[in-house]
Amino acid sequence: MLPEQSNRTLNVSIGDYVSSITASANSPGDLLQHLYDIQYRYSCIPGEAVTSLAAKLGLTEAHIHGVIGFYSFLHSMPRGQYDVLFSDSITDHMLGSRELMARLCEKLGVASGAPRPDGRVTIAATSCTGMCDQGPALLVNGWTITQLDESRIDSIAELIESRTAVENWPAEFFQVEDNIRRKDILLTDDTDDGDALRALIDRGAEVLLDQIEASGLRGRGGAGFRTGLKWRFCKQTEADQRYVVCNADEGEPGTFKDRVLLNSYANRVFEGMTLCAGLIGASKGYLYLRGEYRYLREPLERVLQQRREAGLLGSNILGTAGFGFDIEIHMGAGAYICGEESSLIESLEGKRGIPRKRPPFPVSNGYMDKPTVVNNVETFMAAALIAVHGADWFRAVGTDESSGTKLLSISGDCERPGIYEYPFGVSINDILKDCGAADTQAVQVAGAAGFTIPPSEFDRSIAFEDISTGGSFMIFDQHRNMLDMVQNFAHFFVHESCGFCTPCRVGSSLMRDLVDKVHSGHAGEYDLGEMRNIGALMRGSSHCGLGTTAANPVLDTLDKFPHIYEQRLKHTGYEPAFDLDAALQDARDITGRDDDGAHIRTES
Amino acid sequence: MSGEKTFRLDGKPIAFSDGDTIMDAALRAGEYIPHLCHNPEFTPHGSCRVCIVNADGRQVSACTQPAAENMEVDNASDSIMDQRRALLQMLFVEGNHVCPGCEASGACQLQAVAYYVNMLSPHFTHFFPQRSVDASHPDIAIDFNRCILCELCVRASRDVDGKNVFAIDGRGIDSHLVINSPSGKLGDSNFSADDKAAHVCPVGAILPKHRGYDKPIGERLYDQQPISIVGDLAANEQDEER
Repeated sequence: MLPEQSNRTLNVSIGDYVSSITASANSPGDLLQHLYDIQYRYSCIPGEAVTSLAAKLGLTEAHIHGVIGFYSFLHSMPRGQYDVLFSDSITDHMLGSRELMARLCEKLGVASGAPRPDGRVTIAATSCTGMCDQGPALLVNGWTITQLDESRIDSIAELIESRTAVENWPAEFFQVEDNIRRKDILLTDDTDDGDALRALIDRGAEVLLDQIEASGLRGRGGAGFRTGLKWRFCKQTEADQRYVVCNADEGEPGTFKDRVLLNSYANRVFEGMTLCAGLIGASKGYLYLRGEYRYLREPLERVLQQRREAGLLGSNILGTAGFGFDIEIHMGAGAYICGEESSLIESLEGKRGIPRKRPPFPVSNGYMDKPTVVNNVETFMAAALIAVHGADWFRAVGTDESSGTKLLSISGDCERPGIYEYPFGVSINDILKDCGAADTQAVQVAGAAGFTIPPSEFDRSIAFEDISTGGSFMIFDQHRNMLDMVQNFAHFFVHESCGFCTPCRVGSSLMRDLVDKVHSGHAGEYDLGEMRNIGALMRGSSHCGLGTTAANPVLDTLDKFPHIYEQRLKHTGYEPAFDLDAALQDARDITGRDDDGAHIRTES
Repeated sequence: MSGEKTFRLDGKPIAFSDGDTIMDAALRAGEYIPHLCHNPEFTPHGSCRVCIVNADGRQVSACTQPAAENMEVDNASDSIMDQRRALLQMLFVEGNHVCPGCEASGACQLQAVAYYVNMLSPHFTHFFPQRSVDASHPDIAIDFNRCILCELCVRASRDVDGKNVFAIDGRGIDSHLVINSPSGKLGDSNFSADDKAAHVCPVGAILPKHRGYDKPIGERLYDQQPISIVGDLAANEQDEER
């Protein structure tokens, strides 16, 4: 998707700009959206913007700095005019992203992380951008570029040196393919726009809610809570306002199916949200779109506008008095934790994305403390089709516990990465055959916090009762070092821990250091025990699902792939956490010594 | 009393009312559940995780978990105490906590809870973060090296003082306490030694100036009796203790 003509110019003073954007939207809840727009326009959020926003929104400057500090895509210090972020997913690494990033850094004479002295460019890594089927990928000023190779990197370097505006870069750089490889009941359906809403109007909310419940539909984000039950809880909570929120913060490394649904099936997703609104009695909905999918924002706005014009959104939907609902798009700004529903709600309210205490749950106390349904993109789409075709149609596919189908985002070592829609119950073996994977060493299902599956378990199936997943499916063949994956995930969780609770905030850093110690060949058997203990503590005592699952890749591979650790171990009982000899380097530099007496030789 | 709802804490019946958390009911009954970010005067936070208990087979923070009829709560098993000790060790290595040189020694809940859970060493590798001391305010000093991110000062300044002097910035391991003032210094804020927020820090991060060691180390609150007996600093006029 080619970037639209951007207003990334500095000919409007920051004060005037803040005044213009806060003229109509001036509640504290609008803070994050304003910060996102300011960052995009000025490549940072200047101090005077913070002062001005604080006055307009009635917030403290420290609060606003805290929000800026929480989101990866917001910065107090200027980034380069071209802000380049390489996707850091393990699958991007496997496609050579780090070498390409080093190449771009060298071509442009810039170190990773800091702006070039002339302010032209910043280059850094960012968590998975959701392009694993067509990586390596990067974001430039928020716009997605896919299928990087050396020649594309060299072109990018020239475009940046020649100060070519991003909207004038070659359109093919911004091409994002759907790569749909297998379709089932969801992706083949040819229901007309509005059919689900007509079914609602014809048959009534209670009948359709019964149908959603009877269909056995469960949340497609991975947790698998029963959708009908969630909607009924929300409906039953006394309130003057309810909200419908679509979670399009598709941040789990290796997942990209929501990207495809929002690109090619957005009408169905919005239809599902509108249906939900009609069933529970909500008049306002939000689509929380991850910042990495910036390029989808305008196309989605156009779909919303078309639906308003077609009478499928707005007041009196399809001419029905009293059925009013509209949807607003909120942008995320680089925070994996905001995929957790209560963090997402905090973020929608313009705050740092810290998960809330539960109970209460969002169905009774959600957005603005009102009853709120939060569901995944795929869940809303499935609900819309169930409304049209009925519960039996849906139940006929899948397993008893897991009705319907699941969209899988397949990436890594296979011939045909992309989107595969399967009935629940499909085995790992069948999936690997279909996507052309050979010599597979392991499959990582459900993302960085998911399950590492060895070949001995490839007869297991994708279902809530066996391997439950939001859809990430990353394949590793025999020539991969699985410890690279573990290390990638351990670093990911340090970056993405929100910092609220002790075990996740501190434990993820301790875990990363131990994984690095193993990876660099400095660890002993003792360290593996430490990893198990820290992992168990994170799993058992963390505040939210991120913390309780962040140690999964380490714990899973320690059990199922012990050799990847053992082959790197030093055969000693205990190894110090630091290299004694390296620690003396400063002293050697100061004294100018490098003789034997200035070194500590440790036996290996 | 018939009709009274109870749950069992390590086998002992504890009465509770609707809306009580496990912590509320336990503290009222005089039972100690170790905690750091919890202070009964404020909305429960649930961030330090030190009050972790096993309630009917599920590990939860006692300060946020509603009590339920006939619930079996494990507050003392080896497994629970091991986890609490490891959490304390994590807090110790994350910051720079040098008890022998700290004005709060003997009247510090972090230290006192560490004793209670039998923490004998920090165990984990120290992070040795670079943190600063803010002595810009005439009456109060802040040593960020000792902050454990309990957010009690944030809550007190927001909910009681109505000043919002404090906030949290950064994310993950980079999370840190910040001060709302043009320079980021406490001296430039409207903070006052009379604020509630000046009297809620459970560790030695927020300290009154112009006095120290009024009571010698060795004679302080937790030097005399364990925290499980005497309770929080807040319940013992902490300022008199240092």
